[in-house]
Amino acid sequence: MPVTISIPTALRQYAGGTSEIEVEATTAGEALERLTTTHAELRKHLYNDQNALRNFVNVYVNDEDIRHAQGQDTPVKDGDTVMIIPAIAGGATTEQEAVAANAPALSNEEIARYSRHLIMPEVGMEGQRRLKAASVLMIGTGGLGAPLGMYLAAAGVGRLGIVDFDVVDESNLQRQIIHGTSDVGRPKVDSARDRLSNINPHVHIETHETRLSSENALGLFRDYDVIVDGTDNFPTRYLVNDACVLAGKPNVYGSIFRFEGQASVFWAAADNGRGACYRCLYPEPPPPGLVPSCAEGGVLGVLPGIVGAIQANETIKLILGGDSQTLVNRLLLFDAWKMRFRELKLRKDPACPVCGEHATIKELIDYEEFCGLKPPASQEEQSDAREAKSEEITATELKRRLDRGDDIQIIDVREPNEYEIAHIPGTTLIPLGQITNRMSEIDPARETVVHCKMGGRSAKAIESLRRAGFEGRLINLAGGITAWANDVDPSVPKY
Amino acid sequence: MITLNREQEDAIRRHGEAEYPHECCGLLVGRFDEAGRKTVVEVYPISNAREAEARHNRSLILPAEYMRGERHARSLGLDVVGNYHSHPNHPCVPSQFDLEHAWPTWSYVIVSVGEGARARELRSWEMRADRSRFDEEEISRGS
Repeated sequence: MPVTISIPTALRQYAGGTSEIEVEATTAGEALERLTTTHAELRKHLYNDQNALRNFVNVYVNDEDIRHAQGQDTPVKDGDTVMIIPAIAGGATTEQEAVAANAPALSNEEIARYSRHLIMPEVGMEGQRRLKAASVLMIGTGGLGAPLGMYLAAAGVGRLGIVDFDVVDESNLQRQIIHGTSDVGRPKVDSARDRLSNINPHVHIETHETRLSSENALGLFRDYDVIVDGTDNFPTRYLVNDACVLAGKPNVYGSIFRFEGQASVFWAAADNGRGACYRCLYPEPPPPGLVPSCAEGGVLGVLPGIVGAIQANETIKLILGGDSQTLVNRLLLFDAWKMRFRELKLRKDPACPVCGEHATIKELIDYEEFCGLKPPASQEEQSDAREAKSEEITATELKRRLDRGDDIQIIDVREPNEYEIAHIPGTTLIPLGQITNRMSEIDPARETVVHCKMGGRSAKAIESLRRAGFEGRLINLAGGITAWANDVDPSVPKY
Repeated sequence: MITLNREQEDAIRRHGEAEYPHECCGLLVGRFDEAGRKTVVEVYPISNAREAEARHNRSLILPAEYMRGERHARSLGLDVVGNYHSHPNHPCVPSQFDLEHAWPTWSYVIVSVGEGARARELRSWEMRADRSRFDEEEISRGS
């Protein structure tokens, strides 16, 4: 029993006037091939000059869009129905259509530059013109933004906006390959602009040297087709998500930590409003401090290169359209250490506060507060009081007291590999995770200074020790070993 | 030639006005005769004032919506004979984009809707079989 192809009315006169034709085939593509061999006139309506299915031709196998299966390779078996379903496109007046109608032509120079794209039917002249007509806003020019921006510029995206408020630091260069050694100290947006213009002078670069905020996000997003999140903190991630949902724009997401990366496309409006957003996946941010940043936890330099390149790939596919499959409603997980990719299915949460049926968030909120990084006014006093309880000492003062011969034990709560990079002489290493279990190693009769890299983990260690019942005097070294290197001993390397 | 009576034409105009400044769209359900002439039996409006994604894809009518319309037509023993859409603040002439995305045989009825959400001219178009251009199609008002 062969496969049945159902022909839409518009094409019936090219198929001998019938609505159904039976062919022998093992894949959807093969079925169409057979059909257009016997009915050659159909071919020019189904396929374009590059022999690719026209982008308004949808093919369904038994009610499933082959784009959601294996495309033209979707297997078919006897008795299946392959339906040709027209997506009806047109109109002259919407913004996008105006863009399509006025999609800029390519110069001979550009044709030479993009030839490896142009010879693929999936991109072709039409796709390359779409890229040229498109605009992308990248949030951050760090580890993710570096490969992302470079590939988007190289691919010929017409207008690239870059948002960053930071300056290039030596510790960025291990992974942020858009910046070079001679850029240290320069604003990142300037360094990135130079590099991107050098890669492709045809790209129009717009720099926004500012911190993305609830006040400026919607205004910035309005002028771009696709938003790409290359940030490394939760408040900005929720801000980018909510602003994208409110503006109806796709949010190409990537995140990295140590050896693990994630990527997805959050686009609430996708798939007829069935796309998941970041909040559908993570309704609430983790408690502050639970998930360390890359500055605290480290990151393999290549990892953002891989994840950022995946974001560039997805961005380009969103612009090209066609029958590609994007990461909408899919979360890609990557483990660089085990070299393993995994994938999770995402679903829109009908109760999502920003993209659900009864959304309660209609405008941007205070994301620092939402992520618990800024206590609400009523709690401020309490937290001040709590902070006042933990005693602090500056690096200079500690040095003075040690030189004077005061009896002070110093506990370093960093990780052993950090200790190996640099340490203050005469200290005891007890990583934060072991601090309560190894409390007995700290003599409560002696004065104790606790330190880490910057002062954050040591404050937590003091809190844990107190809660565990440690009764001795605990003093936090303000600014950690970094302050020691700055103010006391410049021979100690900073990392 | 397409036969579209006053009542059907009014339905298309009202739909265009209701959706202004967005585009309206819908299917034309009816029958073909042996000579390829079309008679509209029913105007079948499709949702509009589209979500962002549909605008991004430049679709007027999505596959699932088309399938619903087609099933409806079949249930009445009819066919989809064309579609209609509005051009807000723009003449009712197909664009290059319309041409690149058109299907043969079908009627493409376009209504121009101007300032104050007032429907103006309404014309019907049919693409040439070689896909080179649209020709205007005569609209018969029927009896």
